[in-house]
Amino acid sequence: MTATENPPTYTWVGTRPIRHDGYDKVTGKARFAADLDLPGQLRAVYVRSPHAHARIVSINTAAAEAMPGVKAVVTGADFPDLGAADPEYDVSVNVMARDTVYYHGHAVAAVAATSRELAADAAAAIVVEYEELPAVFTIDDAMADGAPLVNETNFTKFVKADEPSNLSTITNLERGEVDDAFAAADLVVEREFTTAAVHQGYIEPHACVVDTGADGRASVWCSSQGHFRVRSSTAAVLGWDVSRVKVTPAEIGGGFGGKTTIYIEPVAARLSEMAGRPVKIVMTRDEVFRATGPAPASKVRVKVGATNDGELTALEAWMAYNVGAFGNVAGLVGAMSVASYKFPNLKLEAYSVLSNLPKSAAYRSPSAPHAAFAIESVVDEIAQKLDIDPIELRLKNAAVEGDVTAMGMPHPRIGFVECLEAVRESEHYQSPVPDGAARGIAAGFWFNIGEQSSATVHVNEDGTATVITGSPDIGGSRASMALMAAEELGLDVNSITPLVADTESVGFTDTTEGSRTTFATGMAVVQACRDLIDDMRSRAATTLSVDVGEVIWADGAAVAEGHDPVPLASIAAQSKRTGGPLTASASLNAAGAGPSFAVHCGDLAVDEETGHTKVLRYTAAQDAGTAIHPSYVEGQLQGGSVQGIGWALNEEYVLNDDGSLDNASFLDYRIPVASDLPMIETIIVEVPNPSHPYGVRGVGETGIVPPMATIANAISRAAGIRMTALPMSPPHVLTALNER
Amino acid sequence: MNRTHVNCTVNGDDVDFLAADGISLLDALRDELGLTGSKEGCGTGDCGACSILIDGKLNCSCLVLAPEAEGAEIVTVEGIADGDHLHPLQQTFLEGAALQCGICTPGFLVAAKALLDTNPDPTETEIRYALAGNLCRCTGYDKIIRSVQEAAVQLREVAK
Amino acid sequence: MRYVAPTSVDEARSLLVDNPGSRVFAGATDLIPQIRAGRPQPSVMVDLKRIDRLTSVSHRDGGWAIGAATPTAALTANPEFATMFPGLSEASGLIGSDQIQNRSSWGGNVANASPAADSVPALVANDAQVVIASAGGTRTAAVDEIITGPGQTSLGDGEFIIEFTLADMAAGTSDAYLRIIPRTEMDIAVVGAGVRLTMDGPTVAAAKIVLGAVAPTAIRVGEAEAALVGNTLDEATLAEAAEAASAACNPINDKRGTIEYRRQVAGVLTKRCLLIAADRAQNGTA
Repeated sequence: MTATENPPTYTWVGTRPIRHDGYDKVTGKARFAADLDLPGQLRAVYVRSPHAHARIVSINTAAAEAMPGVKAVVTGADFPDLGAADPEYDVSVNVMARDTVYYHGHAVAAVAATSRELAADAAAAIVVEYEELPAVFTIDDAMADGAPLVNETNFTKFVKADEPSNLSTITNLERGEVDDAFAAADLVVEREFTTAAVHQGYIEPHACVVDTGADGRASVWCSSQGHFRVRSSTAAVLGWDVSRVKVTPAEIGGGFGGKTTIYIEPVAARLSEMAGRPVKIVMTRDEVFRATGPAPASKVRVKVGATNDGELTALEAWMAYNVGAFGNVAGLVGAMSVASYKFPNLKLEAYSVLSNLPKSAAYRSPSAPHAAFAIESVVDEIAQKLDIDPIELRLKNAAVEGDVTAMGMPHPRIGFVECLEAVRESEHYQSPVPDGAARGIAAGFWFNIGEQSSATVHVNEDGTATVITGSPDIGGSRASMALMAAEELGLDVNSITPLVADTESVGFTDTTEGSRTTFATGMAVVQACRDLIDDMRSRAATTLSVDVGEVIWADGAAVAEGHDPVPLASIAAQSKRTGGPLTASASLNAAGAGPSFAVHCGDLAVDEETGHTKVLRYTAAQDAGTAIHPSYVEGQLQGGSVQGIGWALNEEYVLNDDGSLDNASFLDYRIPVASDLPMIETIIVEVPNPSHPYGVRGVGETGIVPPMATIANAISRAAGIRMTALPMSPPHVLTALNER
Repeated sequence: MNRTHVNCTVNGDDVDFLAADGISLLDALRDELGLTGSKEGCGTGDCGACSILIDGKLNCSCLVLAPEAEGAEIVTVEGIADGDHLHPLQQTFLEGAALQCGICTPGFLVAAKALLDTNPDPTETEIRYALAGNLCRCTGYDKIIRSVQEAAVQLREVAK
Repeated sequence: MRYVAPTSVDEARSLLVDNPGSRVFAGATDLIPQIRAGRPQPSVMVDLKRIDRLTSVSHRDGGWAIGAATPTAALTANPEFATMFPGLSEASGLIGSDQIQNRSSWGGNVANASPAADSVPALVANDAQVVIASAGGTRTAAVDEIITGPGQTSLGDGEFIIEFTLADMAAGTSDAYLRIIPRTEMDIAVVGAGVRLTMDGPTVAAAKIVLGAVAPTAIRVGEAEAALVGNTLDEATLAEAAEAASAACNPINDKRGTIEYRRQVAGVLTKRCLLIAADRAQNGTA
């Protein structure tokens, strides 16, 4: 279902062609990083820390280096010390520990050998002597007075900081008179929420092949959301100029934010440089869980005041995000994500807190789900207590254009109200709640970003076009680029070949993150197409001997009054005679990213004897601005919803007392399986973003924000228990039922 | 590590390869035979990205030792199309947008084929349980399930 | 490491005797990941699946002989077996995904001796016997005599399980198995309950109740069985049996569940299983 505001008429935008890269993906031909092999290639295996916090006293690699097939061994000593002030310092230390390990699983050494088995044997022969240091794992322990210092190089940002600290960021925001507003409120609800660390859970482990040549230049093939960032970070960690590294993005097997940073590429590059042979690294699933990306655990206290007729008058929140062993702005971003309701009086205090856990990484709407779980739960409790329909309460307080976020940023044209109305009018919400079940509602927001993008468009001599961008395609963005180019050029979408080029074949492009690709890279594609069209109009004008101002572009042809249209194919065929090849490039720093709101509705049943929750029906409505390829917009809504449902119900990092991960496998880190779920119904709301030529807002992020509160709110209505800790797994739900 | 000379058929072709006795059939397919369509997502049989058919039975190739393939008929994702004519599941996955990143797709296609080969008219619940051994993190499964349903309809039409 | 696929029990027995550090396997769904992670490195991997007796299923003379390496998928797809032992069939069908089902076997499930093995409570409830290849020939034992602790068995060096035997389900008798997992598939049982009941009309004539994942090994709950025999399955009797089941648990806290949770849910599953088994026994679905 699609709810559209004044829908423009497009030929291609909004259609659902088969994606161009799909054929290779259903036949097994698509090349992911682990599928690539180079002649003479070595395999590398890591040695990882068995301690959560320790000083490395010594590393003896002699025995390993003498073993059969071993060609190179690296430790922290093989990488330069960038100095703590360098923006890539944390990445460099996370990639390979120097004198200290900061978490269980931190990389300490790596071996390249002629086979993975020989490399593993040699890695096992490396002897590392550690001196254990005190470690902390929780927000409470890390923030306690006298807590051991997690990372002596961390100084708190955004405040004056003379001493290292376990706080990476502190953010304080305030507007209105919160205390007065609470005193005047008819109803005040205050609760504390906690969430466990969760992993992005992409099915493809991190992988790369790197060939460092005799000229000292490294060619990198890897799985990444942003190969330009791989280039800059890899070069920085190696102490190289950026131009020494060329990165070609392989197909990427999922990222969700977790592949916006690097782990393995500089290690492979250094090993390759030392061995003079290409080096391949493929992480094991165990390594992925232990040493990459989780999203932070959190603790959030929320207090909301309301009038009896459901006006939300005040919000006070204390938020802390457990970001692992390195600095991170999760707390700031969490504060930025508070933007859904007007809240005339507001006070926020947000912290990014270090602990001896893996360096946390972005995960779909980073930091927003934690805050929304808390705020949307409390808002819903207010609706319950005031006996107001949860959608009506939200409509009464929903932010609209001109309202400001917690950060004080005024919203541009947004579609929150439209999303609420779309769910309210949906067949799902209008239908009775099934017997034995209950229904939950929650909303979510993500601001989305613009950033830098480049695109090159060639019109080929046969009248087809090639669209080249620098944005790795993690969910179908090549099809979206082709659709926008088809719309501009007036070509059939199947006459367009969309490609993602390496770092030397297309202009600089920021990472695929923040729902920016269809928005910003799409803008670059449209701009390049328009430049091409101007060129083709000009050539047609010359051919027709008319002024270029008299030539318009319509339906894939240059049209001048009194002349037959000159189709793109004939302009292309004539290009040698009219000035040479037809090509245009555009690069931009996109402004005007459109925030995207989502509203979810879920029906579920709780088995009150076992605490098991079964989701029976689920609907996700989200403002896409304009859906370029609606199938992949739906896919983003569905995928985000299910990641959120997993986060809500079963996903969590389970730590042993020593800070090691007890469930580093897909068996015990329980992402949803097909039989856990119903169909995920979608409602694409289209409130066009005025800053984009087709009205695009990013859609990737927001879908993960509402599910946790949607599930919690439904459980509350089903069983009379207010779940305040994630995951809401059967043991936790049964405990709450027992205490009811 | 001892190495075994293994003879089997893969996607209808007689093949042979030398496999170290401790390696998985997945590694042999990918490294010895160059069939990289089957993916390793976990190496522990929990994600299904390496799903193949062995003598018609669905297996995680990461949980099979390479020498066990002696004499077996193996089908991987590279072998489910009929020449350049896509299998209905491949076609419905494309048309139904049942893939985003595509890393799990080979395993899902093979697992779905195993299901429809034995149960041509499965219910939604049967499909969901039959595919529970295949993890997808991108799609939320909705479009995968619908594409399998659509392929089942098409295959039943062909069988009539 | 060397891979060998013997075709006879004798050949397999000799391989084990002649090669210290060798391991037999059927599905190896646990063993292969362990080898990959560098834990055990067996000298010889002895594949039992090419021995006919280990993968054959026969039903004659009032009993069943089921090869220890028979894939559980072959059992659940056997209509005669699945009809006679619905609970044991369901338990066997819960061991992993369809992919795993084509590899997993009772032999592996029992020899691995995981406290959470799904087939074990149902096998014990049905008095399954095990034929074991020993140096001197074969010996027979009950399933609950094989498993002595988590990962521990009474199988000696060089011994392996050849087949399982089961007597036909008697008239008026049936079984059931339920487990609780956080998801709906692909998990290890947090609690499992296997029940076999013989009903005389509405009255319980005989009962066996076996719980999994709530103690170092699967446990029989004699107190619950005693509470049932001679009674109808009314609320009070069911509650008594459930309470006895909970009381019999000796669980641990781990990443899959808590002591309190396992205790409480053991009672719930026992009660639910009893009702299913009784219905089957009374209505002849067995």
